[in-house]
Amino acid sequence: MIELLLQTGLNALFAAAYLSLVAVGLVLIFGVMGVINFAHGELFMLGAYVVVALYTNLQMPFFLVVAIGLIFVGLVGIVMEMTMFHPLRDNPLGGLVASIGFLMVIQALIILGFGVRMEHVPPVTQDVIVISEKVRLPVQRLFVILSALVCLSALWLFLKRTKFGWALRASAQDPEAAMLQGISTRTVSIIALFIGAALAGVAGSVAAPVISISPVIGHSVIVSAFIVIIVGGIGSLEGAVLASATYAFIHTVITTFVDGVIADIVGLSLMLMVLIIKPTGMFGTQDRV
Amino acid sequence: MSKPQPLILLSFLLLAVVLIVLPHGLSYSQREILVFLTINILVVSSYRLLTLTGEWSLGHIVMMGVGAYGSALYTKELGVPVPISMILGALTAGIIAWGLSFPLFRMKGFYFLIGSFAAGEIIRLLWKRFRDPFGGPKGIKRIDPFPDIDFGFVRIDFFDPVNYYYFALIIVILCLVILWRIEKSMIGLTFHAVHWQDKLAESTGVNVRAYRTLALVISATFAGLAGTLLAHYIGTVNPNVFDIEQMVFVLTWAIVGGTTTIYGPIIGCIILTALNEIVLREIGLEQGRPLVYGLILIASVLFMPKGLEDVVKKVIELMKQHVFRGRIKDV
Repeated sequence: MIELLLQTGLNALFAAAYLSLVAVGLVLIFGVMGVINFAHGELFMLGAYVVVALYTNLQMPFFLVVAIGLIFVGLVGIVMEMTMFHPLRDNPLGGLVASIGFLMVIQALIILGFGVRMEHVPPVTQDVIVISEKVRLPVQRLFVILSALVCLSALWLFLKRTKFGWALRASAQDPEAAMLQGISTRTVSIIALFIGAALAGVAGSVAAPVISISPVIGHSVIVSAFIVIIVGGIGSLEGAVLASATYAFIHTVITTFVDGVIADIVGLSLMLMVLIIKPTGMFGTQDRV
Repeated sequence: MSKPQPLILLSFLLLAVVLIVLPHGLSYSQREILVFLTINILVVSSYRLLTLTGEWSLGHIVMMGVGAYGSALYTKELGVPVPISMILGALTAGIIAWGLSFPLFRMKGFYFLIGSFAAGEIIRLLWKRFRDPFGGPKGIKRIDPFPDIDFGFVRIDFFDPVNYYYFALIIVILCLVILWRIEKSMIGLTFHAVHWQDKLAESTGVNVRAYRTLALVISATFAGLAGTLLAHYIGTVNPNVFDIEQMVFVLTWAIVGGTTTIYGPIIGCIILTALNEIVLREIGLEQGRPLVYGLILIASVLFMPKGLEDVVKKVIELMKQHVFRGRIKDV
């Protein structure tokens, strides 16, 4: 029983790792641009397909491909900022609809390029860390957990210790005051989109060998990410990480012991409950980012 | 002022003729699309009623599903005859919406959007999870069709899409008239007040919460009715028919069409459906359809932020000016 619980905990840790990368990116974009990026799940999917194209098909080294995935998806984020979110900055509903349009475009392009079938990415390593008889952690999953730790710590350092990070947080809190201080909010929003998208991309890339990849995986990712950012308090990065861990654990436990649909229902109910009781989220404050 | 009225009458007559003749010029599959389009016009128009109060929901399509599942279950499990079950199904959607209004109207704006998504998705997952009575992922099959009407000399078979189209069209037009009357009544004016001046409305004694609830319940009831129209036509419902992807379509019809006029969402629905189902299919872009659809969506919010209705308004304005100028010349 304890072993099963431990194993479930490890599985949850893995799910929390990539979910928190996606959710933190979503929060960052919302904080700076005030727009909900519906296509964020598709950025995760795009990251996974970079791995399919370059690692599975072209046999390039895995970690190089992950880095390419990070940069490529980050650039896609910049494209989104320039073509949609910046022109629509005074129209949040318009930004939402445009991101839905973008989601359809990316999905269709991937389907045209790779087909609708599931892709299988061979794992880089078959090694498994055996903790005990029934508690095992495949090293491939450990990669996902480690890269989430690295990316999130890097982001934290960037936001708290660098000038750009200060500027970013300032314009998330009060764009006008930030502009008065001579901060270019435009540069900030481009950087935020790059980072936000790149985090989703790197999550998709590094998780590609352990999840089943299809052009529609973005859907379940974005639903989980929505739950997480609401429960964590929209605008709170720390909250998003904590909520990712909480949600992933609850979801994995219920999936293991009951079934997947019930786990989804519980997750959504949790979100609804948070919205009813404390709309700023469990860990949220008034500040954004 | 009395002069242009025959013109309006004439255009209504023309519209009526087009609506009656339309299905006869189409292929069988296009006729089926026409039936769905007619039903969807009711969905998006009822959705607009809620947006009048300033709230955007992502659970509307599930309310349509509640009507569809409700009507299907009333006929199958309780043996209620079909036309009555449809009314009951629509009312069920209204009642469920009333129940949901208690948690949901603690939220506003973006939180309401997400909250309504969560509530709707929970209902949808319950259909998926519980095989009894909802049929699980495969849903409910072999739902009783709308009964044939036998006049003795003529028999109307509702399995034929053309006949069902006429039937749905009559229902939908009736509903549109009712929705229009509601909007023009004191209730509708109050919806506008609730949207634009909720604090002021509240201070003049308007129960803002009650009006929000009323808008939600009315819009859900009509969506439910649309659902029953769908269920008794296709004869099967399953959870995927009412998922977020379908909701996204409703949302985009409303936004691309514009929601300040009653015809905006209808135009949006017709043009986007015709584009997606007919034009893109005709030019053979089967897999590329979402690509073009997505690009058009982005372009329309970028370059037409006020929606298609704004274009229509401008055209009407131009025509009016033209007619006016012509008359001055005559004098």
